[in-house]
Amino acid sequence: MVEFFNRIFGRQNSGATAKERLRLVLMSDHLSLAPEMIEAMKRDLLDVISKYVQLDRDKVDVHFENQDDALAMLANIPITGVNRNSGPKDDSGTGSTPPQSGSTSKKKRKSTNTPAAAT
Amino acid sequence: MHQLKSDAQPAPVSLGRAIVITSGKGGVGKTTTTANLGTALARRGASVALVDADVGLRNLDIVLGLESRVKHHVLDVLEEQVTLDEALVRDKNSPTLHLLAAAQTREKDDVDTDKMRALVQKLRERFEYVLIDCPAGIEMGFKNAVAGAQEAIVVCTPEVSAVRDVDRVVGLLGNAFSPQLIINRVRPQLVKKGKMLSVEDVNSILRLPLLGVIADEPDVIVSTNKGEPLALRSDSRTAAAYHAIAARVAGEDVPAPTVTQKESLMDRLGALFGGRR
Ligand SMILES: Nc1ncnc2c1ncn2[C@@H]1O[C@H](COP(=O)(O)OP(=O)(O)O)[C@@H](O)[C@H]1O
Ligand SMILES: [Mg+2]
Repeated sequence: MVEFFNRIFGRQNSGATAKERLRLVLMSDHLSLAPEMIEAMKRDLLDVISKYVQLDRDKVDVHFENQDDALAMLANIPITGVNRNSGPKDDSGTGSTPPQSGSTSKKKRKSTNTPAAAT
Repeated sequence: MHQLKSDAQPAPVSLGRAIVITSGKGGVGKTTTTANLGTALARRGASVALVDADVGLRNLDIVLGLESRVKHHVLDVLEEQVTLDEALVRDKNSPTLHLLAAAQTREKDDVDTDKMRALVQKLRERFEYVLIDCPAGIEMGFKNAVAGAQEAIVVCTPEVSAVRDVDRVVGLLGNAFSPQLIINRVRPQLVKKGKMLSVEDVNSILRLPLLGVIADEPDVIVSTNKGEPLALRSDSRTAAAYHAIAARVAGEDVPAPTVTQKESLMDRLGALFGGRR
């Protein structure tokens, strides 16, 4: 009811806006206050990806950006070649399906929306 | 433990509790909260020392109406110019409440953290509660204010910047201090209209034990003007909220904090046309 009136009069629900801004700002605060966590996450991420392709680890760029309604993790990962004989199956004993390997527990604070752009 | 005492003599068998009142951001109500919580605790019969750790920006004496009685300050004691007894000012309304004022003409960096810690320890031997009014910021002044405390009360207003700063301060406090939250300057009418962060909004983010909620009330400003903390009054809802906080601090099981506020005519008219109660 109130929302209906608010819409009619073109009023903005600034409390909700505040809440959303707060959520985003705190997420990036927490990330910037935990550089070790980001390094660990980056390492794990690259470990997983390099099971399939060869990377130039020195040129990898991972950063966070506030997008409209979410914090996004953006990864730019230069690929230098493809691992022919690699696949989900031929790895050493550590779990065969990549999404389950590595220490995913370190990714706890990652945003729900994480588009990763690989070039 | 909370026996009625007429004065603060070296009596308590156990050490008192040193609680720092902090927030990160300035102007959210730390000093107001310290004065009112101290008054409310003293009204319960507890012996209380208030320490103004906002060196250089002394205000707690003003809020308590004690500015004319302050002759010495924290730094005089730390630097052994005067004794603790010479510097402690007894409140004019509550006999068990005492103030240790901040130095107005000195800087926060002049305070020696170890000496400050020792001073708070000494106060804990004499008072059941030592409330430390922390300056804004997270630098030296904050570190000195926190040094002797075992507990923290964080004061937040329903604003993005204040919540962010509290989040930062709580992060800095780490696992110690078991921080508890007071949300100050809430305007229920605005919350109802969706124009202000609600208590739930704030605490869904901070997730701290909620000690109390204080409305944004002109009476708070009026009482500060007069130098008589609102908690002295018995006819005010906001005073009652401070007393509930004091009871909760003292370990009493009081009902969950809520906040009410007088509705203005405009609020009521608005609600009428908005189809709400
Ligand atoms: N609940 C309240 N309602 C209205 N005004 C308030 C309230 N709490 C604090 N204020 C006012 O806000 C200002 C800042 O408060 P203060 O306690 O000095 O903040 P801090 O110590 O955090 O800087 C003061 O003018 C005070 O009177
Ligand atoms: Mg202050």
